[in-house]
Amino acid sequence: MIRVTRTYRFSASHRLHTPARSAAENRELYGKCNNPFGHGHNYEVAVSVRGPLDPRTARAVDIAALDRLVRQQVLEPFEHRNLNTEVAAFGAAVPTSENLGREIVRRLAQNWSAAFPENGPVLEKVSIAETARNTFEVSAHEDE
Amino acid sequence: MLITRKVEFSASHVCRNPRLSDEENRALFGAAANPHGHGHNYLLEVTVEGAPDPVTGMVLDLKVLKEILNSAVVDVYDHRFLNREVTPFDQVIPTPENIAIDIWNRLAPHFSNARLHGVRLYETPDLYVDYFGEPV
Repeated sequence: MIRVTRTYRFSASHRLHTPARSAAENRELYGKCNNPFGHGHNYEVAVSVRGPLDPRTARAVDIAALDRLVRQQVLEPFEHRNLNTEVAAFGAAVPTSENLGREIVRRLAQNWSAAFPENGPVLEKVSIAETARNTFEVSAHEDE
Repeated sequence: MLITRKVEFSASHVCRNPRLSDEENRALFGAAANPHGHGHNYLLEVTVEGAPDPVTGMVLDLKVLKEILNSAVVDVYDHRFLNREVTPFDQVIPTPENIAIDIWNRLAPHFSNARLHGVRLYETPDLYVDYFGEPV
């Protein structure tokens, strides 16, 4: 098996705030990220896929199909959006990188079988970086 | 313990299956099927695994690792047209997957104290493949 990793980028705004805590506790917990007006990042998302080599193409994954899936499920809905107000999942969950990574895994996994053949590549993990200093890795099998 | 060394080479290639028509190749590989070839600056990260020698405190001599990478990979690949000048790419398509496998096969026999753990090959900054020597 071979693992292929492709990196994508989008820019979006968010605010870290949980209604389960008081305003003071939120400020304490999230610091600057709790600013009520929100703030933004240039996100970098690396999608890792594992698969056997297709004998016709000698490739483990059809890159054009992966690009299409990520564009439809992640880049188009997230690019230049306010994640809290414009992405349904973050009405309930706080848009931390952890939750964003899980949401990206969920979106890709739900639409995987329509994009790739059976016995083809499988999604292994998603890495997400809000800034160049912190990277979060979410295994595609974490919820199983 | 894992030790990773990076090395770069630049090469050209064509991704094309000779058993398929020009049209099918264009559909499968896009611009990479251009028969005249195109090139990349490849970045290779080679990771070896081993325990530090109790006397030297080293898993392996990094100068030796550098020489292995240069003689087994860079001297063979750098500034070459892979399909024409590097075996096995007269027979197999030089996708990054196949290049990573070939690099693994070229490097693996050179290590004794340390074991080759993995090769990571970047074709562009946004696309890399990892190979750990398992059957494909």
